[in-house]
Amino acid sequence: MIDWPLISVIIFLPLVGALIIIFIKEDESTSINIKWGALFTTIGTFILSLILWLQFDYSNPSYQYVEKFRWFDDFNFFYHVGVDGISLFMILLSTFLTPLCILASWNNIKKRVKEYMLAFLFLETVMIGMFAAIDILLFYIFFESVLIPMYLIIGIWGGNRRIYASFKFFLYTLLGSVLMLIGIIIMYRNTNSMSIEFLQGNYFSYNTQLFLWLAFFASFAVKIPMWPFHTWLPDAHVEAPTAGSVILAGVLLKMGGYGFIRFSVGMLPEATEFFIPLIMTLSIIAIIYTSLVALAQTDIKKLIAYSSVAHMGIVTIGIFLVNQQGLEGAMMQMISHGLVSAALFLCVGVIYDRMHTREIEFYGGLVQRMPLYATVFMIFMLGSVGLPGTSGFVGEFLVIIGAFKFSSYVVIGAAFGIILSAVYMLFLYKRIIFGTITNKKLEDILDIDAREKIILIPLAISVILLGIFPNLFLDPMRLSIETIITNYEIANAK
Amino acid sequence: MLNNIFNILFIPEIFLACSSFLCLLFGLYSKKNAFRQTSNLSVFILFLTILIVYLDRGSNFANYKSLFSNSSFINFFKILVLLGSIASILISKDYFLGIKLKNFEIPILFLFSTLGMMLMIASNNLMSMYLAIELQSLSLYVAAAIKRDSILSAESGVKYFILGALSSGILLYGFSLIYGFTGSMNFDDISFYLSKYDNLNLGLIFGLVFVMVGLAFKVSAVPFHMWTPDVYEGAPNSITAFFAIVPKIAAVALIYRFCLVTFENFYLEWSQIILFLSIASMFLGAIAAIAQSNIKRLLAYSSIGHIGYILIALVAANDDGIKAASIYMFSYMIMNIAIFAIILSLKVKNEYLINISDLKGLSKSNPIVSLSISIIMLSMAGIPPFIGFFGKFYIFIAAIEQELYVLSILGVLASVISAFYYLRIIKIMYFDESINEGSLNFKISFQSKIILSISLFLIICFIFYPSLLINISANLII
Repeated sequence: MIDWPLISVIIFLPLVGALIIIFIKEDESTSINIKWGALFTTIGTFILSLILWLQFDYSNPSYQYVEKFRWFDDFNFFYHVGVDGISLFMILLSTFLTPLCILASWNNIKKRVKEYMLAFLFLETVMIGMFAAIDILLFYIFFESVLIPMYLIIGIWGGNRRIYASFKFFLYTLLGSVLMLIGIIIMYRNTNSMSIEFLQGNYFSYNTQLFLWLAFFASFAVKIPMWPFHTWLPDAHVEAPTAGSVILAGVLLKMGGYGFIRFSVGMLPEATEFFIPLIMTLSIIAIIYTSLVALAQTDIKKLIAYSSVAHMGIVTIGIFLVNQQGLEGAMMQMISHGLVSAALFLCVGVIYDRMHTREIEFYGGLVQRMPLYATVFMIFMLGSVGLPGTSGFVGEFLVIIGAFKFSSYVVIGAAFGIILSAVYMLFLYKRIIFGTITNKKLEDILDIDAREKIILIPLAISVILLGIFPNLFLDPMRLSIETIITNYEIANAK
Repeated sequence: MLNNIFNILFIPEIFLACSSFLCLLFGLYSKKNAFRQTSNLSVFILFLTILIVYLDRGSNFANYKSLFSNSSFINFFKILVLLGSIASILISKDYFLGIKLKNFEIPILFLFSTLGMMLMIASNNLMSMYLAIELQSLSLYVAAAIKRDSILSAESGVKYFILGALSSGILLYGFSLIYGFTGSMNFDDISFYLSKYDNLNLGLIFGLVFVMVGLAFKVSAVPFHMWTPDVYEGAPNSITAFFAIVPKIAAVALIYRFCLVTFENFYLEWSQIILFLSIASMFLGAIAAIAQSNIKRLLAYSSIGHIGYILIALVAANDDGIKAASIYMFSYMIMNIAIFAIILSLKVKNEYLINISDLKGLSKSNPIVSLSISIIMLSMAGIPPFIGFFGKFYIFIAAIEQELYVLSILGVLASVISAFYYLRIIKIMYFDESINEGSLNFKISFQSKIILSISLFLIICFIFYPSLLINISANLII
């Protein structure tokens, strides 16, 4: 194994990059240096996180690469980080998407390049830190710190209604997470420990669990988001710049799912058992309702935003089935959605950069002028629909298999949602790509250039890779998931 | 004999009093305007006083028939007060020179007020407590009205004086009731007397309530907060800085000591009052600040909100609460020093900053300043990883330790509401298009720069080495 603090290096490398960038004075000529600096930092982080994966021990269900230092003298709060099968891919997703975001903003961010790159690098640090944290307070600190750069990214570089969207995003998610803070303190008071590892085997009394579950639910349900707490998401997505939407859809939504797995299922098993019907109901409503809403959208980004809520409904179903297929499916769906929706937002960004509109009406017949674009868009669109061979299929399939063990109504709901997702995605694709060019402005639109190829092709490859070799991803997480399920079953058998 | 005099001089309060008089004489007899000299001298005196408090020599030797008391809690808060005074004198020096308000008395008024606060924190007797409160208040009344030719300043001084006098009267009436029913003025004696009874009789309850009202006025807890926004707004900015940074610390320490020492056995009686004050302050502070356009009024409401959180820890009334209060007070002081260091150096079209909307475009013209303001605002809103978060975090730990779940939930909800107006400042600096390009002018003096850097460093870097402050505050005995 590696004897140097790999995780900490991965967490803080972007911050170091940011500290260097701070000292570059920004003007016309140096802004390119800032971009390169940010890009190199994030690529370096990604390469380091690949080492994390390569050296990962598949036969070890608990945390690896653990680092633990006492931080606060007066109570058991540690700087305690590590990686297990569940957080591994979340970290990889973050480090993979951030360089792509930097590349995606290469030309279309013209004002305040330095601040923009600083915000992204800080964001990367806190995202990785959050997934790597084994201490709940550390988790919380990172979880909340995410709001700061995201607020600035939406508010400074966003669209017309960016101020409304940024405030809504910040306050809505803050409201959820402060309740989680109360939950965390109550947990600490009851057990005198803040370690996620320790708390996963330490069951609270039934009533405490119910209370804690609701406190955590407030936070994660807003973050993931579940219907009816999803209203911040379309606003934030639509107003954020392309790269902001990518990170929002690709990583930030997964914080909710990750939290559900770690905290709700992992630490509060009996309360989870009690609340499963609630979650299932909300998820099915989310899937069907938001799919129908997506169908009616005229803005491409908004459509994809609503489709995210629907896909996250599948994730919550998978998580709260609490069986092997369900959880694996939820994890796969999260990874897949992280890649696919990020890619879809990037695709929207491509045509938005050229035409400066996201209205579906405006487009049509793009295949005539942008064949390559049509191809990659198709891959991602099919990935979102869940066609076999793409990443979307694996997750949805596993969740549905898992759901059969639970209730066939849930299966029907989920399957109906998947059909609807095919409807709105294919309909969107038809309206944008197929047909003849009716809008004169589209006559001389250019196909994707080299930079955009560098962004989109790795994503396309990984979407297909995930669809064909899901075991590549399922194997490392299997044992960690089994541990959570065994834990859960023991607790509920008592 | 000589040794005794030497020892007496090394009691911090006596040292501060004597040197303040010397400073005053120096100012009087110097031929030119001595504002610079007196303010430098007062900073020096305050530094020496910190040293003396830290060495803690006179502790066992002179408590004047237990008129005053001495404990680690008291010393911690004394040092906070002294640090706050030093910082506010240093950051406001250039401002005073800038607005040509250079009466040499101003730093000396601060010195006397600081002396009053130190006595207030240490007082162990109703009478000494009252006199100390009056000493600090009278100095502050004068300070608020020091800009005689400004109507606003005079108004704020008079308003502060009238309301302050009213509250002092109420406080004094409460004292008389407590003295009448317990037969003693000494905190320990009162506490001992009360420990023999299960219930407070009606007179004592009235006394307690009156004292609480008086103290609530001093910490500006809702519904006794009305003076705060007006006085903050009317007084010159640098005086407001002093108001915001220092007297609150002393008043908080006093209310803690009064509740937890004197009436420790009647928790139920006073905790209800504090509970109400706390909830009302948090919510009024959060909601009323939203509508403010004047930065000083906004900070006034923000300080009212902060007092609400401090009072949560008082309701908790446990060791964690004392720890939380000292950490919170420290963070409150640091954040206020930092924000006022900026406000006192920021000019819009050659006028010092007043309206929040004048901050438009600051992020373009002064990126570092606006970044600093953003960090301070986020810290005040309690967003990690800044120091303000840990202040709130410890408060909630204390509250939950005492099973005050509803109060903590209300507390976090208020903090979400208050996040709105802190974010609004960031929004104005970063998101709004600037209309007054180039009219913002940030000129900071060397000493303010140092103070600002230190406080920003503490706000940002507290998370890396929290144990220093936490170990100190964990061992405080009230």
